[in-house]
Amino acid sequence: MIRLEKICRTYQLGGQPVHALVDVDEHVPAGEHVAIMGPSGSGKSTLLYTLGCLDRPDSGSYWLAGREVARLSDEELTDVRRHHIGFVFQSFHLVPRLTAAENVELPMVFAGLPRAERRERVEAALASVDLSDRLDHRPDQLSGGERQRVALARATVMQPRLLLADEPTGNLDTSSGRQILDLLDHLNDAGTTLVVVTHDPSVARRAGRVIVLVDGHVVRRLPGGEVMGAADLFAP
Amino acid sequence: MRDLIRLAFQAVAGHKLRSLLSMLGIAIGIASVILLTSIGEGTRRYILGQFAQFGTNILSVVPGKAETVGLPGVLGGTTHKLTLDDALALQRLAGVEEIVANAYGTARVEANGRGRSVYVYGVTPNIPAAWRFRVRQGGFWPAGDPRRGTQLAVLGPKLKQELFGEENALGRFVRIGGSRFRVSGIMESKGQFIGIDIDDTAYIPVANALRLFNLPEITEIHVIYAHAGLADGVEREVRRVLTARHNGKEDFTVTTQKAMLDVFGNVMNVITLAVGAIAGISLLVGAIGILTMMWIAVGERTEEIGLVRAIGATRRQVQVLFLTEAAVLATLGGAFGVLGGMGLAALLRFAIPGLPIHTPMTFAVLAVAISTATGLLAGVLPARRAAALDPIEALRTE
Repeated sequence: MIRLEKICRTYQLGGQPVHALVDVDEHVPAGEHVAIMGPSGSGKSTLLYTLGCLDRPDSGSYWLAGREVARLSDEELTDVRRHHIGFVFQSFHLVPRLTAAENVELPMVFAGLPRAERRERVEAALASVDLSDRLDHRPDQLSGGERQRVALARATVMQPRLLLADEPTGNLDTSSGRQILDLLDHLNDAGTTLVVVTHDPSVARRAGRVIVLVDGHVVRRLPGGEVMGAADLFAP
Repeated sequence: MRDLIRLAFQAVAGHKLRSLLSMLGIAIGIASVILLTSIGEGTRRYILGQFAQFGTNILSVVPGKAETVGLPGVLGGTTHKLTLDDALALQRLAGVEEIVANAYGTARVEANGRGRSVYVYGVTPNIPAAWRFRVRQGGFWPAGDPRRGTQLAVLGPKLKQELFGEENALGRFVRIGGSRFRVSGIMESKGQFIGIDIDDTAYIPVANALRLFNLPEITEIHVIYAHAGLADGVEREVRRVLTARHNGKEDFTVTTQKAMLDVFGNVMNVITLAVGAIAGISLLVGAIGILTMMWIAVGERTEEIGLVRAIGATRRQVQVLFLTEAAVLATLGGAFGVLGGMGLAALLRFAIPGLPIHTPMTFAVLAVAISTATGLLAGVLPARRAAALDPIEALRTE
């Protein structure tokens, strides 16, 4: 599904070059569940955005589903995101003035899907996250867990093969967080490749494999089951 | 596109007060322009209607040479008077249907123990045909040699009413400026012409009027020709004949109705230009309002822009989204403006019934269309700013 070769990404921060990713090689087979861990500023968000075709590496190659995407134009990358990638964010990023159904519909509007099909898919997507009774609620009328479930429905409504989650439970209480993680696991069981960035060892433990980043370098790879605490993971 | 417009409407509706305020500039501008054009168009129609009621295939000859408005006969001096013989000479020209020789003044008209100072027109008896006037009762004196007068008069309906009330006036005598006239006819009501009440007048033969007012020459000759195509030819012939009769001097002024309407048209064009300038300025102000509002909106919705980019909106779609929003704002503003302007016009018509006001529907539609275009222009900069945002940076804003 994903193959990274010698990915480098450097950006300027306050006049200083920051090496966010240094020679990252990685292979994620289709259907795998990977967690990316690392301290703040380790480059894990940059890696996620690179995987999500939002950021372009300065050098290196990125094959997504057999296609080299590192050098594609902005327009082409948008098309890849639209059809192959779903995003879930820590802070939900729902459009506040739109209802749950309208938020879920949004990716299909930009993809130009016909109205009748959109309606059908919205209902199915919200049903799959158990929110059929919240179709016409606005985000401010929903709890945090419900908002993240709407965001998850939005991320999956285009049926992407790759789902990227950036601290999906970071703003949620434990039980809502567990509900989201269960839904993610469920998607992964159904064949969606899942990459989750997290600080939380309990989230990482659900992954099949954990990648640990420190200062832009991949320092460790280990099975999810072996994750204990954060402190010992990040030690060099 | 329908979905983008719906999204734009939702964004506009999301900030009701702010959206209304930013529409206000365009709305006020459009309202004032609609109001001004309503008054302008109403006035234009009113004036055209006033002239048209006398027919449009008409030219007038007055004594004295003046290019525009002046004091005929005072500056430069008239060596030859404009006479009834001149008028009769014009009667023989090809294409000429009627000639009205006309000399007027004010005089006191007395009858039945009552008196009234009114305009008294000395005319030839063909004015019902020439000026499209209608006689209600009786008729004008018989046509004959206009150089010979007769003591018959035709009264305007208002004058008749004032002097005789409901009594029959035909055959009765009136004193006009001390001379006795027998009433031979009563005119149909014609209303006002540019503020002059033409119902409150008396008509007497032009020869009598010259004597009565002690005028050395006639005031005006109206030449009525068959159709508009003859205008230039008739005008040329009138000049040639009169110049020849006046020893080769063009000591008279010929004005066609077309020339009068052209002058009026020029005045209207200046007014239109002024209204256009006001429209331009107010649209500019409105556009700046919308631009400011949209600029702020882009700043506020950075996170949302990052999100839609992440879920598959192209830069172009983001741009179109904000452009549409600006256009929706401006269009609503323009529509409110049109309604407001028409409302004010209706109110004005109600308050001042005599004021000629007319709002052409094409203006209203055009105003809304121009508002939309203004909105699109105003939206260009904010939309570009939105489209240029780096989605990662945008998503990081929290």
